[in-house]
Amino acid sequence: MSPTRVFAALAALGTFVLLALAPGLGNDYTTSLLINLMLYGVLATAWGLFCGTTRYISLATVAFFGVGSYTVAVLGERLPWPLVLLAAAAIGALLALLVGLVTLRLSGTYFVIFTFGMTELLRQVVNWYESKVAGSVGRYVFVDAASPGFIHGQLLVLLALVLALGWWFGRSRLGFALRLIGEDEQAARHCGVDTTRAKLLAFTLSSVFMVLAGAIVAPRWTYIDPAIAFNAIVSFQVVIMALLGGTARFWGPVLGVVPLVLLFELLVKYFPNHFPIVLGVVFLLIVYALPRGVVGWVLERGRKRGASR
Amino acid sequence: MPLLDALLTGLTLGGMYALVALGLNLQYGVARIMNLSYGELLIAAAVLAYALFGKLQVSPLLTLLAIVPLAALLGWAIYALALAPLVRRAPDRDALEADSLLGTFGLLFVVQGVMLVLVGGSYLSYSFLSVPVAVLGTTVAANRLLALAMAVVLGLAVWLLLMRTRVGTAIRAVSVDPVSAQLVAIDVRRLAAAAFALGTVLAGVAGVLVSMFLTFSATMGVLFTMKALIVVIMGGIGNMAGAVVAALMLGLVEALVGTFVDPGLTLAANYALFLAVLLFKPAGLFGKVAR
Amino acid sequence: MSAPLLQVRGLSRAFGGLRAVDALSFDAGEGEIVGLLGPNGSGKTTALNLISGALVPDRGSVRFAGAELAGAPAYRVVRAGIARTFQLVRVFRSMTVRENVQAGLRFGRSARHGGHRDDEQALLDRVGLGAQAARMASELTYIDQKRLELARALALQPRLLLLDEWLAGLNPSELVEGVRLIRALHEAGMTVLMVEHVMDAIRSLCDRCVVMNSGARIAEGTPAEVLSDARVVQAYLGDDDLEAADV
Repeated sequence: MSPTRVFAALAALGTFVLLALAPGLGNDYTTSLLINLMLYGVLATAWGLFCGTTRYISLATVAFFGVGSYTVAVLGERLPWPLVLLAAAAIGALLALLVGLVTLRLSGTYFVIFTFGMTELLRQVVNWYESKVAGSVGRYVFVDAASPGFIHGQLLVLLALVLALGWWFGRSRLGFALRLIGEDEQAARHCGVDTTRAKLLAFTLSSVFMVLAGAIVAPRWTYIDPAIAFNAIVSFQVVIMALLGGTARFWGPVLGVVPLVLLFELLVKYFPNHFPIVLGVVFLLIVYALPRGVVGWVLERGRKRGASR
Repeated sequence: MPLLDALLTGLTLGGMYALVALGLNLQYGVARIMNLSYGELLIAAAVLAYALFGKLQVSPLLTLLAIVPLAALLGWAIYALALAPLVRRAPDRDALEADSLLGTFGLLFVVQGVMLVLVGGSYLSYSFLSVPVAVLGTTVAANRLLALAMAVVLGLAVWLLLMRTRVGTAIRAVSVDPVSAQLVAIDVRRLAAAAFALGTVLAGVAGVLVSMFLTFSATMGVLFTMKALIVVIMGGIGNMAGAVVAALMLGLVEALVGTFVDPGLTLAANYALFLAVLLFKPAGLFGKVAR
Repeated sequence: MSAPLLQVRGLSRAFGGLRAVDALSFDAGEGEIVGLLGPNGSGKTTALNLISGALVPDRGSVRFAGAELAGAPAYRVVRAGIARTFQLVRVFRSMTVRENVQAGLRFGRSARHGGHRDDEQALLDRVGLGAQAARMASELTYIDQKRLELARALALQPRLLLLDEWLAGLNPSELVEGVRLIRALHEAGMTVLMVEHVMDAIRSLCDRCVVMNSGARIAEGTPAEVLSDARVVQAYLGDDDLEAADV
């Protein structure tokens, strides 16, 4: 192992230990901030796992997130917590398979368009169901799993898992297949890759992480309604973070999460009305100036330095 | 009769969707820009009509006239400033699509953000020509009829433009094969910009028309974009006639579901239709073979 | 005599009103090099696409080593033993030469986990890219990219190799090398179906030729036979496709 790798591994380990100890060391505000950071860390990394490799762009992150939150809202008081999480994962996987089976057989355009409207669709359907069948559009979430320390701990585990999955993707046949699909799907098919199966698998895995993240943080809101759970801006934020960090490496999106979560905290505090505009501008800056993200920029520098040697 | 009402509503809605889909077809089929901010521009036009009517008592019909050059200018500006750099940068069609998707996704939030700051998130509507008119044994609001009539007129105008003029033929050529179009001395870049601008005009016009009879809010743009995308896909990308038929189908389905099942499920009905098309005829109901 | 390795019968595919491939039928025996000729637009590449699984035929049958492959998705055709190159080279541009070959090794017929450096190196040496394993595919010259695509196809351990104008765009010395490479594959027992315009290469490589025009087969036989067939000459003189390479 090269010295850089050893250093990176140690740094990551150190960061995780710190994160684990953080709730005891800090206060309510820092714990809340860390929860936000880890939440977006999970969402952005999960997004990058599928969308970064295959270059299929999903705009539906919050659709799955919302499904997780709503599973907790509906089942949270009836089942023990581990079963609730399991149920959320199962529903998320089913939804991903459904969407995937319909759209991933076709070109990426259909996939994007479908995911673009999915959040709104789910929001309306849940809204309809809640108002017609459940009687009221909002729900109260009273679950035992609401302590910040518990949420923090679960998110830490989830983050470690999704990063581990990303690391494994980098070494596995599935991960290689996904990269080939992102390069040239037709050529990949002609190398013997079952592209539909690979995409379905990766998309489902990615979505399960998003659903679980939504489920784990749902207890933070004591009241939930479709507009809160299915907030399209979250999808957008996740895409920005992943693109800023860069998706060429599994650890790229996390690099984009940290600065942007901090920026957004400031924005929400001082310029709440201008939030969407600033978001849009930041995004446009990334698309135009830093299309491969920080990771891409670093890799490009490394390549140029290597070439000039 | 509720059925007749629903059918008329459906036709009117369908007419709106047809205009919107035509515009999106021009932008995607010709300029190859997947414009996710399309609906925001529509809503922006609606907001403009609302503001002008409310503050300055300007008739929406006047706004309709004014929106044509305004939207054309805005569309051209967006293409030249925001999208042309992406076009220049893209190595191939797929890369351009991905880049323009992301770029216009960002634009969506910028436009929506501006409107939220200007008019907030509440629902807006104004009353213009809401006199009842007797049609086929039932009464329909005059503004809906006007909207439908205008949609038909404009649709025909665009149709004639595309089919009977040189510019229109050039546009269709670029949408079929940009490389060959260049070989016959068609300036593809300027035409793409023109098509994009024309698409924006259609969005603006549809927005003003819609504002006359629909209650809307600053965040409804996404809905319109989605429906336009669904119609474009159902009709077959680049297929103008197909888009019109698909738009009418969508409008009718939506009106029927809204009247007889539940108004809250209209989007779900749209998506169900979309799903069915994707499953059985992904190249569109009338589409030629996809690439 | 055992059945031919590849048996195409009545293969048809239309795009709207255009019949790109019209009831095409021909055979390719094991170990043969069959040339698929015809003027531009005659449907040759479409025929290859139908055989390789890139397109689904409207009608017809493609029997390969006894199994019916018409309509099967490309990855299944590959696993049955057919590999191809593309008319416009399709290498994985942001990956290294080595990774490109790995793509063939890891998902092909005897898919193994990567890291079999010997296999990679052997394949690269075979096509003449042995020294460039670590380079980015996008940095290769045109002919090297073609070689890479061939190496990747060979990594799939095919019994039938489909070459789509693989010799196009090469200068005379590159052409000599290219022909030599294909001949070496042939001598090692590979069956090849090649779409080609370079007449001298066709004459020196192909055992038999099938000539297409407007989607249908118009002639079949040895290169000498078809190239002197009046119908073939007429079909070609309609377009300006005759390329005589100065070998």
